[in-house]
Amino acid sequence: MIRATLKSLLARKLRLILSGLAVVLGVMFVSGAFVLTDTLGRTFDSIFADAYEGIDVNVAAKPKIAMSEMEGEQTAPPFAATTVDTVKAVPGVAEATGVVAADGARLIGSNGKAVASFGPPQLGENWTGESDVVRLREGREPRADDEIVINKGLATAGKVKLGERVGVLTPLEPKREFTIVGIFGYSGNRDSIGGANEIMFTTPMAQRLMLGEPGTFNSVSVKAAGGVSDESLRDAVASAVGDGFVVKTGEQLSTEAAEGFKEALSFFNRILLGFAAVALLVGTFLILNTFSIIVAQRTRELALMRAIGANRRQMIGSVVLEAVAVGLIASVLGLAAGIGIGALLAWAFGNLAGGLTLAGLGVPASAVIGAFAVGLVITVVAALLPALRASRIPPIAAMQDVATPDRPLTRITLAGGLVTAVGAALLVLGLGGNAGGNTLVTILGGVLFAFIGVALLTPLISRPVVSLLGAIFAWSVPGKLGRLNSGRNPRRTAITAAALMVGIALVTGVTVILDSAKSSISGLAQDTIKAELVIAGVQSGPRPPTFDPAVLQKAAAIPGVQLVDGEYGDLAVVGGERTWVGASSEDAALRQVFGVRPTAGDIDRLAPGQMLVSSDTAEARNLSVGSTVPVQLARGEPTTYTVTGIYESSQITGGVLLPAEAVRDFAIPQPIQGFIQLAPGARVADVQPQVEALLADSPEVSVADRDAFIEQQASQVDGLLTMIQILLALAIVIAVLGIVNTLALSVLERTRELGLLRAIGLRRAQTMRMITVEAVVISVFGALLGVVVGAGLGAAVVEALKDEGITDLILPWSQMGVFLGLAAIVGVVAAVLPAIRAARINVLGAIAHD
Amino acid sequence: MAGSTEDGKQPRRIQRGAARTDESNEGDDVTATVGRQAQAAARANDVWKVYGSGEAQVIALRGVSAEFERGRFTAIMGPSGSGKSTLMHCLAGLDTVTRGTVAIGDTTVTGLGDAGLTKLRRDKVGFIFQQFNLLPTLSAKENILLPLSIAGRKPDPAWYDTVIDTVGLRDRLDHRPAQLSGGQQQRVACARALVSRPEVIFADEPTGNLDSRAGAEVLNFLRNSVREHGQTIVMVTHDPTAAAYADRVVFLADGQIVSELIEPTAETVLDTMKKLDAPAEVNG
Repeated sequence: MIRATLKSLLARKLRLILSGLAVVLGVMFVSGAFVLTDTLGRTFDSIFADAYEGIDVNVAAKPKIAMSEMEGEQTAPPFAATTVDTVKAVPGVAEATGVVAADGARLIGSNGKAVASFGPPQLGENWTGESDVVRLREGREPRADDEIVINKGLATAGKVKLGERVGVLTPLEPKREFTIVGIFGYSGNRDSIGGANEIMFTTPMAQRLMLGEPGTFNSVSVKAAGGVSDESLRDAVASAVGDGFVVKTGEQLSTEAAEGFKEALSFFNRILLGFAAVALLVGTFLILNTFSIIVAQRTRELALMRAIGANRRQMIGSVVLEAVAVGLIASVLGLAAGIGIGALLAWAFGNLAGGLTLAGLGVPASAVIGAFAVGLVITVVAALLPALRASRIPPIAAMQDVATPDRPLTRITLAGGLVTAVGAALLVLGLGGNAGGNTLVTILGGVLFAFIGVALLTPLISRPVVSLLGAIFAWSVPGKLGRLNSGRNPRRTAITAAALMVGIALVTGVTVILDSAKSSISGLAQDTIKAELVIAGVQSGPRPPTFDPAVLQKAAAIPGVQLVDGEYGDLAVVGGERTWVGASSEDAALRQVFGVRPTAGDIDRLAPGQMLVSSDTAEARNLSVGSTVPVQLARGEPTTYTVTGIYESSQITGGVLLPAEAVRDFAIPQPIQGFIQLAPGARVADVQPQVEALLADSPEVSVADRDAFIEQQASQVDGLLTMIQILLALAIVIAVLGIVNTLALSVLERTRELGLLRAIGLRRAQTMRMITVEAVVISVFGALLGVVVGAGLGAAVVEALKDEGITDLILPWSQMGVFLGLAAIVGVVAAVLPAIRAARINVLGAIAHD
Repeated sequence: MAGSTEDGKQPRRIQRGAARTDESNEGDDVTATVGRQAQAAARANDVWKVYGSGEAQVIALRGVSAEFERGRFTAIMGPSGSGKSTLMHCLAGLDTVTRGTVAIGDTTVTGLGDAGLTKLRRDKVGFIFQQFNLLPTLSAKENILLPLSIAGRKPDPAWYDTVIDTVGLRDRLDHRPAQLSGGQQQRVACARALVSRPEVIFADEPTGNLDSRAGAEVLNFLRNSVREHGQTIVMVTHDPTAAAYADRVVFLADGQIVSELIEPTAETVLDTMKKLDAPAEVNG
């Protein structure tokens, strides 16, 4: 029995390849995700190990606000230089160096723009001399206050050379000019550690620019004397410096940093696995279809086996065995391809992050287990249904002509209706916010059920829709034949189309949601922002672009300018909770620029010690005018603020507004956005160039008119959309393979029919056109389903998010039209190989074919 | 080639068909066809067909020369492996010959490419196969009109009506093949072959899958289309009863024409077959 199965399998290699390809792609995605995250994880392990290599024990003041790796770089607060002496005096300390190191030192490159970072920190530090790790490659150490040394990676990225005069942006002061007197590298001939950019000043300059307080440091790096263990030294130092300091070994620091990063990576991994799941869902449809067709084609063979005495279990076994073989081979290939893709992506990521030195490629057990589990399980599950059908083939079928009887669609339609209803119920529950903590799971489950339900309903829909669609292409005889062929086996057409539906529905749904969000937000901005000019930049890494606060005063002095407002923001602990807080340089801006109305108290003035909260925040935290709230900012001591006003919540303004005076304790005490209102009669074209001139030393931002600003902000959604579309493209590629597969198998199945058609005079070109029409009808049908289902799902989500401010429902008609057009092209492409195969059929052989 | 020299002299095929229809109305069709024996509808000239090479070489046809007269019903008979199907496939342009030439009417088949062969099959040849003769997705009527639709031609309404009435399928025209009996399906196939008025219809064991009554219906219909409408039919069969419907039977054995019968009966065919079989068994 096993030998018979394997022989029949090998005899049909093409079939094997086509059905296996879908599994290969799905498995590739899963194992690729694991390989990528594993490689990056180990890369960062080694990066952080390197970064803390020269440190045995590190002393830092306790941070005011705990931040995760995804929220940005932690900046430890400064402490007095005396602490360094205290540490030096601890027995067992061989060396203790006061270190200044903070994120936010940005070099202005030779193109006049700040060298951007897409994640790694941009450190401003004090030069503490060469070490085991840091080595000068050119020049010398900084001696004067206008001298810096930078790492080789940064010099390359900014295209600057030794001796050049360059501008540097720091968090606390406007742009300053420095001379590069040295360029350094790292042990192992590396140009950077993990893509981080480092600018090293003289110690006083570093203290002033990065910490804002002369004579302070924000960490002490300690070297242990011979024979003293890092751990015992750490405990000794900790007791010497007392509370208020965090003392850790270098090893601890590197592990913690890596852990934090891995958390971000595992989030990334989950996203990739989510897309892999979509790809596999589509793949499951494809495999199910392939095995159904195979079983239908093998009816005679299987019936013959039954007739000569094989029992039902052997029948099922024969099909399942074939599935196991396909699953195994596909898993192996998918794993290999996944390793390749993982390596490729890791390499691309490394390049994007500024030349990461990748750790060796690793294949974690999870990738191997995931590959085989997914590949085998999916294939066998998908083959089980056809296997059961195979077992029901009566032996008499061997003697009869193979006729695939039209089984009634009642049962499948009922099942489809039921599953769709379950999906809809789950969606209503999840989107309505009634699913408790399981909202996301409920919604995803709802979407999954809805897809499967619609797929089950598809055979019923396929008859009228396919014949309608076909009518468009049926103007020629081959077209008519193709249309009839596509309506011939509703189940097969339906599953093939449903596979395409999933990908298109997800893309359409996401587009509906994001476009609606984009339109709602820009609509709101159009309605509320009353500023003719806006200063803003595009954020690339965790740190927002900022500009020199002096620009605000200078802009206010330009003739025709009525009001200039700078907006600041930071993470703070408000009443014990981590909260994003904002501050405006101009108290009147809230009402005048953003059109915010008060619901209680006075929102037009904000004295030191006073704060405004939005109505939502007030409700959530049970605050009213007169309430007092303790606030801890990134710097300084905790301060108690009194609520003096409550304003109407909107999507534009944050929840907590602090007075302008609080900004100096923000981690980034520089404005992120500026809003300029013009006096009546003043012209934008007159004022804009003058503001532009003021921004010469703030290369991260530019000034734009209001519409351009809103467009720029809204277009940030587009990047996200593109990324999602690229990831979902894989599901669509698999669906296209499904169409190729179905067509190829149909062509095989209809060899005699094709032979007959050719015998009575169908030309090769006509044969190809016939197959192409069939493919186009199927793919356009799938796209149509996808567009309808996707728009429905998207609209449901938008409806559910109405309270979150997504008030517009935007259906991307043109894009939906593009999907249908693309589907037609996809159909044509998918038909190429099967059509060539059909056209090349040997007429005589085909007629004799059985 | 004989066919090509006659090229200019011959009237158009459809006109000829119409003329024949007139002749058949006069009731002297048999003499008319006999009188036109020189104008063969299909012709094989020293045709060799060799499959494989070396030790695996099989010679299916050994220098077969034959003419199939216009307006006559010719049967090709022979034991299994005699090359009768191969000869028909070569004549119909479904298979290539190793040596020799084949012509349909005034067209030389040998040497035509796929496009030429397709056009030939479409315009000059009709086919009736043993089984799987119809497209399951099309109705009987659509199946009948398929060759014309493919060629982009309109059927001659009068001729179409004649064909439908002759096969007796007028009340079944909207049925799908699955809703028709085997005999009805084969009559649809006959109508399809007939409706485009091809130079010649090739029938490959057309009654092989039918019971004797349905088979007789189909064979009667084929004979009538020859008698009444002057259609040329070449039929491959191994059934003496079926061969008896033909005007002439050509016997093949070991790839060569070995005998011929004019105006055969089932008995004379059977006798000839027995004579052919006997020496073959002695040789084998």
